[in-house]
Amino acid sequence: MRFVVRTHSPEETRLLGEILADLAGEGALFALGGDLGAGKTVFIQGVARALGIDEVVTSPTFTLVNEYHGRCPLYHVDLYRMSGPVDVWDLGLEDYLEGRGVVAVEWADKAGELLDLPLVWKLFFSISGKEEREIEVVPPPEVEVSKLKEALTLGGFEVLEWRGF
Amino acid sequence: MVVAQALSSQVDIHALFGGVVPELAARKHLEALYPLTLKVLEEGETSLGDLDCIGVTVKPGLVPSLLVGLSFAKAVAFGKGLPLVGVDHLEAHVFSIFLKEEVAFPFVGLVVSGGHTSLFFVEGYGDMALVGQTRDDAAGEAFDKVAKLLGLGYPGGPVIDRMARKGDPEAVEFPRPMLGKGWDFSFSGLKTAVVQYVREHGEDLKDSRHLAHVVASFQQAVVDVLVDKTVDAARCLEVPRIVVAGGVAANSALRRTMEERAKGEGMEVFFPPLSLCMDNAAMVAFVASYRFARGESHSLDLDVSSRVSYPRIEP
Repeated sequence: MRFVVRTHSPEETRLLGEILADLAGEGALFALGGDLGAGKTVFIQGVARALGIDEVVTSPTFTLVNEYHGRCPLYHVDLYRMSGPVDVWDLGLEDYLEGRGVVAVEWADKAGELLDLPLVWKLFFSISGKEEREIEVVPPPEVEVSKLKEALTLGGFEVLEWRGF
Repeated sequence: MVVAQALSSQVDIHALFGGVVPELAARKHLEALYPLTLKVLEEGETSLGDLDCIGVTVKPGLVPSLLVGLSFAKAVAFGKGLPLVGVDHLEAHVFSIFLKEEVAFPFVGLVVSGGHTSLFFVEGYGDMALVGQTRDDAAGEAFDKVAKLLGLGYPGGPVIDRMARKGDPEAVEFPRPMLGKGWDFSFSGLKTAVVQYVREHGEDLKDSRHLAHVVASFQQAVVDVLVDKTVDAARCLEVPRIVVAGGVAANSALRRTMEERAKGEGMEVFFPPLSLCMDNAAMVAFVASYRFARGESHSLDLDVSSRVSYPRIEP
């Protein structure tokens, strides 16, 4: 099950983060991959907005994990500087995954299979134009398809592909 | 005065643990802490019993790493009956210059590194208000990511600094994000502009002269934003002194441009020596010393925090 959305501005990417986080609820895991500058941090700014976090959401590339407290905790993780799954294991990611908080991981491909968990939303970002981004989303199998479709329609998103639903 | 300091460097840790990210070795940091402490005491010709207090970083940062340091500090403080003083990492950067020379208050302090880009109005020891911060990427992060994108290697700061000297900083017009819009910073858009440039002109970058122009132009964009906002904040707050700290303070273009611009405004600029720009324990001890001197200390239930908030001054 997967779909591809095309966004036309950072604000639209942010909005996608907001509606998917609303849909995913507490305890959700977002695993983000894709190009540098393709909108991963921007998407997570939207996730933060959905959780009622009004702090500035900055890149955790150097700090590795940024914690925010909204309706539930948000753990914003960045694996950019990791060399592979062994480093990710050292980070103690499992501690963040146990609670009711939302975990959003950038450069998730560095984690290998560590993030292949039942509730994971997998997203892949690519740059398709100056402001345009294509975002491939693989939702968890349990997702309520009608709600997802409704949210994407309400948000006015351009859906390029819609497969396996 | 720094009696003695010791640093377990990234290189050491890399060799010790075989990892590339030193903070990740949180559990193994504990192994490094005890020998380091002994080394400092020996070099300082002192012992734990001679100390006034134990200073330790408690925020902001990666919680598991901070916890290792705090737990060790608590054990020493409890064992020797010494007071414990928790320190803010960014405050330590702002005051690192004091280990070299005293700066009169008030001053504007820019902390710029891989993880932080924050501008403070500093009125006294530990008395800091936030006047600006990055809304996305830190400046040092932009240096590292652009260096990697252009295939220049790691760490990005020194490589870009060196290469930019061979290029024309006005060759490519990169955006100056948020310039003229308050004192907050944004470097994500600039990073993306370089990504776009590489998409469109990838072939041209095989020419090393052209590559140097791109590097110099990117560096100048970062430097212009950092300098403009810092000088503007100092002018508006009527402060004739600027302190620049953190790893990016080692950048030669930033030093040169900041000094020129400040001189034109009749302001003084202070840069800590390079060894104090990087993360170090001496600056943490310094903050602990003035906080302890005015009667501050923490109980043993002191906790760490991944984030920190300051009083805010808007333009």
